[in-house]
Formats: sequence, structure tokens, C-alpha cells
Amino acid sequence: MSILVAILFYFAVLVFAAGLIYRIGLYARTPAPLKIPTTPAPTTRGGVVLRMTREVVLFESLFKGNLWTWAMGWLFHVSLAVVTVRHLRYFLEPVPAWVGFIQPFGQYAGITMVIGLFGLWARRLFVERIRYISTPSDHLWLVVLIVIGLSGLLMSFVVHTDVIGVKNFFVGLLQFRIGAVPSDILLLGHLFLVFALLALFPISKLLHAPGVFFSPTRNQTDNPREHRHLSAWASKLESEN
Amino acid sequence: MADITAPAYRTIPIVPALKPGAMEGKGPYIANDKHQEALGFPGQLVDNWHDKAIAKMGELLGKFRSLRVYMDACVHCGACADKCHYFIGTQDPKNMPVARQDLMRSVYRRYFTFAGKYFPKLVGARDLTREVLDEWYNYFHQCSECRRCSVFCPYGIDTAEVTMAAREILASIGMGQKYSNEIIGKVHKIGNNLGLPEPALRDTLEGLEEDVKDDTGLDIRFPLDVKGAEVLLITPSADFFAEPHIDGLIGYAKVFHATGTSWTLSSMASEGANFGMFIGSYDQLRKIALRIREAALELGVKRIVVGECGHAWRVAYSFWNTLSGVGDGADETDRFAQMLQRQLDHRYKQPTHICEFTWDLIQRDALKFDKSKNDKYVITFHDSCNVARGSRMGDTPGGQFEIPRNIIKAVANNFVEMDPNTTRERTFCCGGGGGLLTDDLMDLRVKGALPRMEVLNQAVQQHGVNYMAAICAICKTQFSKVMPVYGFDRRMVGGVHQLVSNAIILGDN
Ligand code: SF4
Ligand code: SF4
Repeated sequence: MSILVAILFYFAVLVFAAGLIYRIGLYARTPAPLKIPTTPAPTTRGGVVLRMTREVVLFESLFKGNLWTWAMGWLFHVSLAVVTVRHLRYFLEPVPAWVGFIQPFGQYAGITMVIGLFGLWARRLFVERIRYISTPSDHLWLVVLIVIGLSGLLMSFVVHTDVIGVKNFFVGLLQFRIGAVPSDILLLGHLFLVFALLALFPISKLLHAPGVFFSPTRNQTDNPREHRHLSAWASKLESEN
Repeated sequence: MADITAPAYRTIPIVPALKPGAMEGKGPYIANDKHQEALGFPGQLVDNWHDKAIAKMGELLGKFRSLRVYMDACVHCGACADKCHYFIGTQDPKNMPVARQDLMRSVYRRYFTFAGKYFPKLVGARDLTREVLDEWYNYFHQCSECRRCSVFCPYGIDTAEVTMAAREILASIGMGQKYSNEIIGKVHKIGNNLGLPEPALRDTLEGLEEDVKDDTGLDIRFPLDVKGAEVLLITPSADFFAEPHIDGLIGYAKVFHATGTSWTLSSMASEGANFGMFIGSYDQLRKIALRIREAALELGVKRIVVGECGHAWRVAYSFWNTLSGVGDGADETDRFAQMLQRQLDHRYKQPTHICEFTWDLIQRDALKFDKSKNDKYVITFHDSCNVARGSRMGDTPGGQFEIPRNIIKAVANNFVEMDPNTTRERTFCCGGGGGLLTDDLMDLRVKGALPRMEVLNQAVQQHGVNYMAAICAICKTQFSKVMPVYGFDRRMVGGVHQLVSNAIILGDN
């Protein structure tokens, strides 16, 4: 079992990293031939950085769009971020002070994360127009995340798993040593789903995470009159005549 | 028109219930072989349309980052779902922006993603069948490319970009839209959307000079093809004789007259509109824009000013520099752009919107107005979608909202706003933009106007509004056509420069 978990771990991390690099490379290489920021848009590079920061940290546009989705979505994402940072303690020895500091918040963030997910799922199930646009995979991702969250919470608060064993196992994996993984069904389920999520990330809707940084309507500077914006394929048209 | 009735106003702006299939149908007329071939598209649906369509999609995915990212990034959150005027007006769920994108995304997933190739049901992927193609044609011609949905999307996904790509694919396999392609053909052949040749245009302008003389007693000129003029005015050809557009053109001419600006129109580029954008063809967009470059070079003008037109201003402001070099800041080595940019006077913005031009003069006290001339009006302002979300005026973000309002307040006494959820960046399209201003889509146009009509009606009830100003030729045409269906007087809509024209005091210049 430990060997299987180890293999899946390496596989998932590899696919995640390689897939994401490939996808990001593709986005970066694809030209944006025209200036299409959704205006009013910042007129300077610094302004764009601010706009993107607001977008990524506060979900500004979603806030304008729908309060309920914003509240649930933001709650979920922020909680997820805190939970992820908290999990660093299982990979790093010694545990950095700031990871230690976040530990108590991390545990409660697990709860708010699941609340956010249920909120989002409720929308998908009960709001007619959102139900209409949902595909099976949209539901499935929410279920996967909810199960990951719930299994994690159970291990934190109810049936404690052998965290020392978990930590030794993963610290070992990072040094390419395969130790013994505690054989705890909750833990194994939790891990399998996380690995699946990592491996599927680069071929799924989770690509919205890197995608947002490459969205021309958000990341372009509003200065088309002041600077001539020309992509490589478009400039070729000019040399043809 | 008789059989088309206006949908009922919603009592409170609630999200309408879904009516699946409400707008199913064939869509607007398909372009015939003549109109298609004139633009280099195949005349009929080609035999291997399936493979060609997928190949074209692949090509566009490689050329446009917007499409590439937007196909992947949507999470089906639904924030955009209730933001489209066509969805609100028709209740057809396929007019929800995300559902419209999904018409293409489902095909993208099937042919370009791992999940869609092996688990199509799971991710909602589907083959490109003839039915899907027809569905594309129908629903991608129920989007006016107004970008309202992109304001609210957490990833800035702009359905307009998807619509443009879909239309480009359709045209490239022989399913272009008659209205747009026929018009583009006229621009190439004659110089404007209306197919008004040079002698007829000259006649029209001379007639206009006489009318204005009768009206004002002054010799206000409408010059055509004057070499060495300072300003080249590029305006939508509707301004030459459509109502109420023409009153705006008279307004521009009076502003030029009042300040002694030497200006000219061009018969070669007697069209500000650029329907190349509507059909999503970079090639056509560029070819149409190049006419303006040519005219500017030939006439040797120092400034290019653009009249009241929404998408034309988006193309001019956002794309001209890229497409034709009308702008500033080209590299020293960029011979194509420098050729023109050396000629232009860079103390001014290139191109300049007529509202920027007029507002600048007002600020410098170069124009005098008798505001009481507009006292019969209670005026509100409809932000045109392409100006609001696809361009700017002045130096600061949002200038496209302030400058036209400032002008109105400078020339008239009674100005009120409509519901802020429907103005500025949140404005609703008039319902006729993006290549949909055709009689064969009248039902859609009426329904698409619903959200604007609702809030206009509020403003009429509360403030007695009787003039809705707009700075777009399409808005003006669309509203004067659909407003009577909603029980309003068609003359309630007019340009900002129509108000300028009413109030301007012309001395002896
Ligand atoms: S661009 Fe405008 S018309 Fe098209 S889907 Fe979005 S809101 Fe609707
Ligand atoms: S708002 Fe954006 S991410 Fe959400 S459903 Fe619409 S297009 Fe997709």
C-alpha cells in the first residue's frame, strides 16, 4: 500500500506540474492581437497589477455579478488557501513559525471551506439557471472537494489519524524514501482524491486558476492610442503588402 | 412590424424564468454566394464543412489568446447568466452568456481536450453535427457582442470574443450572415455601408448645406475630399441622411464652423462603421480600417475625428492603431505606421472622438451656447455598449461616461440619470448591435430592448424624460424603430450633437 500511495503521489505531482507548465506555456505563447480590456480599465501597468490583484484576491468582478456566489466562492477559496498552507506542516521539518501560527485557523478554515462548497453546490442544485448550465463534472468536482474536506475534518476533529506517521511518510517521499503510510481508510481516501485532483487539474475547469492571469480583458493596459500594439502574425500581414 | 409586440415590463427586475427553446429557429438570412464570395468566403456550405470548421477553430485558438483562455477558464459559476439583455428579453436559456459560450465550448471540449475526447458526457462535450451548426448560426446571431457579461465574470470571459470566433468559423465554411456580409461588400466596392457613391454623397452634402443655410442663414460647409484640410471626419454613413442621425452631423459641422476648423469628409472612407468586427474577421476588420488610412494619407490631414457611433469608436479607439497605424507611439522602425504617424499632429489624441473634440473646445470657452434652446427636453443618456466597455475618451478611465454627460450639461438645463444598474459600464445594449440591426431579426431586436425600455419608462414616469441621448448610429436606428412598439415616440432618441446643434450660438466666423 505504501508503495502504491508513493507512486500515485509522484505521478500526480508530476502530471500536475508538467501539465500546468504546458498549459501556461500555451496561454503565454498564444498572441493577443487586439486590445480588448473591458473598460473602464487602468491606463498604466501599475494600475493593471492592482486590478489583477483585486480580481485574484477579492474576486471583484464576481462581487459585482452575484453576491451569493461571491460570498460562497470567496469563502471556499480563502479557506482552501489557509488549509493548504496549514498542510505544509506535513511536508516541512522543522515546521516554519508562520505555518505553526496558522495551524488553529487552518483547522477552522476546513469547516468554512466545506460550508462554502455546500453553498456553491446548493446554488447549482436549486437555482434554475445555474442548474441548467451545470454539467455532471461541475457537480462531481464539488463532491470531490466536499469529500476531501469532510474526510480531512473527520481526521482533525473526530477520529484522529496518526499525524506523526503521515508526516514521516511525506517527509520521506520528498527525499525519495518510501516509508510506511498509516493504513487508515479516511486518510487513504483523502489522499487518493487529492492526488486525483492534482492529476486532473491541468485538463479540467480548474484551469480557471492560471487562466485568470492570462485574460486579455483584465490584464491589458488601456493605452491603444498611445502605443501601437502588434502581434507577430498581424505584423506579417503588413510586410505582405 | 404589426405582428411584433413588446414583452411586458418586469415589475421588479427579477431574473426571468427559463423558457427553453423560446428563440429556436433558423436565425437571420444566410448570405448568398455573391455576398460570400465578394469577401473571399465560400458561396455555399462546403462539403467537408465538419473538418474545415474544426480546423478553423484550431487556427483561431492559436491566434487569439482570448478564445484559448476563455474556452478553458469558465467554471459555470453563472454570474454572467442573468446579465444579457437577450436572455432577459427572450427567457431562452441559450441566451445566457455562459450557455452561448457552451455552444462552442462543448465542441471545443470534444475535439481539443482529453476529457471531452474520452468522457464527453461527463464534461458536456458533443460532436459538431449539422444540428449543432444550425444552432450556432441561430444563437450566435442573438448576441450583440456588447460585453456586458464580461464585466461580471470573475475571469473576464467576454462572450463577444466567442461569438466573433463562431461567426468567423461559420462564414469560412459558407454560412455567413447576409446583412453583415452584404454591407461589408458595399464598403469595399463603394466606400460606405449604404452604398452611396461619391456623386450621390456630394449631392446629399450640398443639399444639407442649403437646408442648414435656410435654417441658420449661415454658410455652414460640409466639405468632401478637400486635400490639406486639418481634420478628417470619419462618421457612420447613417449620419448622411438617416433620422435622427443627420441632426448630429449638422451639430459636428456647426462645431467646426464655430471654431473655424478646416475639415473634410472622404468619399473613399465615407464610413465609420466597421462590420468586420461583427463577423469576427480580423482580415475584414483590417481591410475596412485601411481605407481610412489611405484616405488620411491621400488628403494629408493632421487629425482624424470620429463621429457618434459605438462600435466604430471601439474599432477606432482600440484597434485602428494596430490595424492601420492611426494613433501614436509606433516604433521608429515601424515604417508602415510611421508613414502616417509622422503626418498626424500629436498634440491631439489620434483618433479623437467628436465628443472629446467638442468638450475640449467647451473647456477652453471656444463655444457659446443658449441652453434654453433645449429647455423643452428632459434629457437622459444611454451609454452605448461599445463606447462604455470597449473604449475610452479623455485621459482618465471612465472619461467615456463623463465627457458626453458634461457636454449635455453644458448645452441643456435638464439632465437626469437612469437607474445606475443600467448605465456606465453596466449599460444595456440597445438590442440591435453587433450586426443584428436587420429586419429579419425584428422580434429579437424588440425583445432585446426590454431592459433599456424598462428603465427608460421608470425615468419617464419619475422625471418626465422626453429625450434619450445616445452616441451611436445603431442605437439611434434601433431605438427609433423599437420605441414605438413600447409606446414611446420614435423621436425621443437623438444624438448628443443634436443637442449641441440646438444650443450653439454661431457668430461670424
Ligand atoms: S456580449 Fe452582450 S449580447 Fe453577447 S452574450 Fe454577452 S451580454 Fe449577451
Ligand atoms: S461568469 Fe464567467 S466563469 Fe461564470 S459562468 Fe459566466 S463565463 Fe463562466
